[in-house]
Amino acid sequence: MLSFIARRLGLLIPTFFGITLLTFALIRLIPGDPVEVMMGERRVDPEMHAQAMERLGLNKPLPAQYVDYIGKLAQGDLGESLRSRESVWSEFLTLFPATVELAFCALLFAGVFGLLAGVIAALKRGSLFDHGVMGISLTGYSMPIFWWGLVLIMFFSVKLGWTPVTGRIDVLMDIEPRTGFMLIDTLLSDEEGAFKDALMHLILPSIVLGTIPLAVIARMTRSSMLEVLREDYIRTARAKGLSPARIVFIHGLRNALIPVLTVFGLQIGTLLGGAVLTETIFSWPGIGKWLIEAIGARDYPVVQNGILLIACLVILVNFVVDILYGLANPRIRHQR
Amino acid sequence: MSLLQIDNLNVRFGDANAVPVVDGLDLAVDAGEILAIVGESGSGKSVTMMALMGLIDAPGRITADTLRFAGTDMLKLSARQRRKVVGKDIAMVFQDPMTALNPSFTVGYQIEEVLRQHLGLKGKAARQRALELLQKVEIPAAESRLDAYPHQLSGGMSQRVAIAMAIAGEPKLLIADEPTTALDVTIQAQIMELLVNLQKERNMALILITHDLAVVAETARRVCVMYAGQAVEVGQVPELFEVPAHPYSEALLAAIPEHSIGAERLATLPGIVPGRYDRPQGCLLSPRCPYVQEHCRRQRPALDPKAHSLARCFYPLNQEVA
Repeated sequence: MLSFIARRLGLLIPTFFGITLLTFALIRLIPGDPVEVMMGERRVDPEMHAQAMERLGLNKPLPAQYVDYIGKLAQGDLGESLRSRESVWSEFLTLFPATVELAFCALLFAGVFGLLAGVIAALKRGSLFDHGVMGISLTGYSMPIFWWGLVLIMFFSVKLGWTPVTGRIDVLMDIEPRTGFMLIDTLLSDEEGAFKDALMHLILPSIVLGTIPLAVIARMTRSSMLEVLREDYIRTARAKGLSPARIVFIHGLRNALIPVLTVFGLQIGTLLGGAVLTETIFSWPGIGKWLIEAIGARDYPVVQNGILLIACLVILVNFVVDILYGLANPRIRHQR
Repeated sequence: MSLLQIDNLNVRFGDANAVPVVDGLDLAVDAGEILAIVGESGSGKSVTMMALMGLIDAPGRITADTLRFAGTDMLKLSARQRRKVVGKDIAMVFQDPMTALNPSFTVGYQIEEVLRQHLGLKGKAARQRALELLQKVEIPAAESRLDAYPHQLSGGMSQRVAIAMAIAGEPKLLIADEPTTALDVTIQAQIMELLVNLQKERNMALILITHDLAVVAETARRVCVMYAGQAVEVGQVPELFEVPAHPYSEALLAAIPEHSIGAERLATLPGIVPGRYDRPQGCLLSPRCPYVQEHCRRQRPALDPKAHSLARCFYPLNQEVA
């Protein structure tokens, strides 16, 4: 197990360099530079422009800029935002809980309903429910996130008025950010109805962000469950006189979960990508919206290091999933 | 009264007109006896036992005049009531032990599950009992095996665990469905010996489904020969082996390799078991039977008493000896 972990960690180094190179190159491929964007519509005085570029170290040749960037990274310096002058790390820390909260609720939604729908579809194979769930999940999987988000907002927020349109909390409420997680902070605050308000703000974004993982998990659970239910050990479990619930949820699901868990891990990458769109649609003050705005402003340090941090996160999550995989499947645990 | 009484059991997959996989089977097993069921693959041996255990799902349809176990009409039981009998009073050991155990749970957990379900044992008591069961089936270092996963065990070891699991509920009837087919020859004898010893010690009835006629000769008191879903001959072990009444029993016995010592080729019965579309109108063996008469092709014989056994044949063999 230890050598397995060491090998996985060793793989991180080339991945890490690849990401820095990619983000560094991609953001510079977009026409325009930070100074131009900051100046906006006004005509930029060439002298001022050159001065500003020099101050930011952007007048050097690209390889030199890259070396500077890596050199700072190696010292743990993620730089500061060109717009706010705040360090990238502290901005990330402030905004990250919002994204985690959203992603967690989306995954919870996707996991609970995906597993349930998948299991029931497998048990009632070929039924109307099965075809319905599979059809809906294919639709969900194929649907563009931004369109789905707008449709839900138009129906539930605008037409029915059930949920608020944007943000994490009513602007009139004053919530002290103790943990950064709005659901927890509202519980800790004295503001009346704050928790319910935060929850209402979370519902639509979670559904939008969770739709694709939900579809993937439901389909994967169904096919995995169908396979497992045909196994000999399920027949053995039935021959033992166990209850159907025990057979399905203990003997079946435990084995069916193994491939689902892998997919679940892979979905976390998709989820952070989806968060960029979802946060933009719902004006959710998280990492995704932050990055989109940074790209618009050509805020190089934020884009480069923000993406790097997210990439590290995805790698870390996949790493954890690999270890969980070993826990769920004793055959894998003992191989290593 | 027999422990198990089956009269006219039919199992079909599909509607009532589908070709039966088990066709009018009659079978009785007394308490404490060993009955062997032999026949080639697809003759309905396993399906019969699965029907008894309630393991056949839609589109399978089971009909029978009688399906009685220990005085209980198994066909009248609800699913919930049947689960109280299955796994406790009737238990089953399957063919391939490597896939019959759940790979995600320890051996101990899987045995304790039966104890919890049927005997209400919990915690330490269940673990202690599981340990005793593992010792009973002669697993070395039983204590440490409780926490082993199935993939850490050999095939023979897994089959011992499966047997321990089956006898955990103190069954009156143990069904062993080709329990040694998937094992090494050296292990086969050990597993058979274990099964027979457990049968004697606990005085439980044992139904042994097998292809191995040598095993039948050594262990069983009675044998039922099945062909294409029907019992074609049922009789005592030495007699049926020495003077088979049904041509199919004779052909099966002739196919034992030891009977062909010195011959160029092994004895075989030409042809294959009739399938769904070529099921004969008359005797099911008629297309393959070396003694077939015109009458056999038109009418189906019933399972009737003959000189030494019950046989489903118009022109039984070896009758003059009587």
